[in-house]
Amino acid sequence: MPLTAANTMPPDAPDQEYHWTLNFGPQHPATHTTLRLVLTLDGERVINAVPHIGYLHSGFEKLAEHLDFNQYVTIVDRMNYLSPLANEISWHHAVEKLLNIELTPRCKYLRTILAEMMRLHDHLLNCGTSALDLGAFTAFLYFFEQRELIYNIVEYASGQRFHTSYTRVGGVMFDVNTEWVNQVRSFTKQFRKTHDEVHKLLTRNRIFIDRTKGIGVLTKEDAINFSCTGPIARASGVVRDLRKDEPYLAYPDLDFKVICSQGGDCYARYLVRMQEMIESIQIIEQAIENIPGGPVNVDVGSKVVLPSKPAVYRSIEGLIQHFEVNMPNRGYEVPHDEIYAATESPNGELGFYIVGQDSTRAYRARTRPPSYIHFSVFPHLIRGHQLSDVVAVLGSLNIIAAELDR
Amino acid sequence: MTDLQPLIDKFALTTSEFRDNRRVVVASDKLLALLETLKNSHGFSMLVDITCVDYLEYEGAADRFGVVYCLLSMATGERLIVKTFINDPNPTLPTVTTMWRGADWMEREVYDMFGITFTGHPDLRRILMPDEFSAFPLRKDYPLKGRGERHNFPVITRSES
Repeated sequence: MPLTAANTMPPDAPDQEYHWTLNFGPQHPATHTTLRLVLTLDGERVINAVPHIGYLHSGFEKLAEHLDFNQYVTIVDRMNYLSPLANEISWHHAVEKLLNIELTPRCKYLRTILAEMMRLHDHLLNCGTSALDLGAFTAFLYFFEQRELIYNIVEYASGQRFHTSYTRVGGVMFDVNTEWVNQVRSFTKQFRKTHDEVHKLLTRNRIFIDRTKGIGVLTKEDAINFSCTGPIARASGVVRDLRKDEPYLAYPDLDFKVICSQGGDCYARYLVRMQEMIESIQIIEQAIENIPGGPVNVDVGSKVVLPSKPAVYRSIEGLIQHFEVNMPNRGYEVPHDEIYAATESPNGELGFYIVGQDSTRAYRARTRPPSYIHFSVFPHLIRGHQLSDVVAVLGSLNIIAAELDR
Repeated sequence: MTDLQPLIDKFALTTSEFRDNRRVVVASDKLLALLETLKNSHGFSMLVDITCVDYLEYEGAADRFGVVYCLLSMATGERLIVKTFINDPNPTLPTVTTMWRGADWMEREVYDMFGITFTGHPDLRRILMPDEFSAFPLRKDYPLKGRGERHNFPVITRSES
């Protein structure tokens, strides 16, 4: 497709002949995904950056209008694919709020554990790759080993390592067993050792500090003005965490701290993510020891949850129930109304604006993607820095292009 | 909870509540004044999201497009959803990028997907769809399969690139 030349110069800049334009991406190892930046450079100093996105746009929101609440979970998975379960939990959180479903205590704890696992999952890769882009390969490998363990745990619960599609309206696909609980226990026991090793490798590493400290500074006022949320806002001193401010799932019962920093630079964002991992491990440790018994799904009689597969295949009631949920003109009683609900995903506030109609499909399901909002801040952060700082800032923002473009 | 009663009288708002969402509906010509008042005098300092709903096939809807502004008060953690309705032809709203710089890309996405023009926006281009794309894909009259754009896509050869 012919690309229109966007005017990359700031409007008040004098037209200097020695300025040159550099295309960064769409395919570049440091973008990690497909996004393109048109940089205007003065020597090696970045004067302006214009992001071009949409390379991975695949119409997820249009698909949401044609898939029912349980089917769309497979699409939601593919948004932020570094923490797929966090997206599922957020999507079904919004759907359950629309349908007014109260989850069982066991499901709340299970989802909390998985949500925190996903926070680890995301932060591990982000801290690892932001170091990798700056030349530190070891930290990335150490952290990826931990990610493999999380993949195993998620696989044991859902049968899938990557795109799990584990949650369902009113519950989850399968319940977990004692073996899974033991796996989580042994994971949490060994995690801190690796975390500590990477901490020693990076946090006081002279090169790492030189490359990240004072780079891409976002002030608190700008963070609010640019609608930033999550670790990026907290690194700029915005004290806001939906887990505390709008408690959902089992978070009110659990003891954890909201990690903030005042630096606002890439180093502060790294520190916030590193410390959040320790908090997540603490949350998992508390939740896994206190996970209640009882059913994991809401009562099948409420006609909102899919029955278990053995019940579908072996009993007439289960089969009827399965069709009741899935058939058009049956299923949920969806209110003729609209709702916005958000959860604290690893990247920030992941919200869904769902318009319900008299059908099991959403009339409109808008995603508020944190990556999208954060990437719009990028030109503001990079102006005046060196070309080599582009990867440092990009890494610290944790841009996932699949979520960016949807 | 912020007392919205003075605003309801001043801007002729319609309020409603659903679950924990508080919503107000405002006429599109008073939108900018209302958002300014909410930001400057009522502490709704963060714009969480801008989105749009095409009510073409929605039962009981009177207007075509509903544009939704989700606001958040950083001091109290309170949310407020401001909604306004606009219609064909030429759905237009004033931009809020002067108040919130984060609104830049949100408005570009609404323009890209629904064709709503935000007057005064500094850089209102398509953001997710390619520049050649002529339709607005999230409108309800646009089919899921598309209208053959993929087949008529301009191809650039190696010599032209």
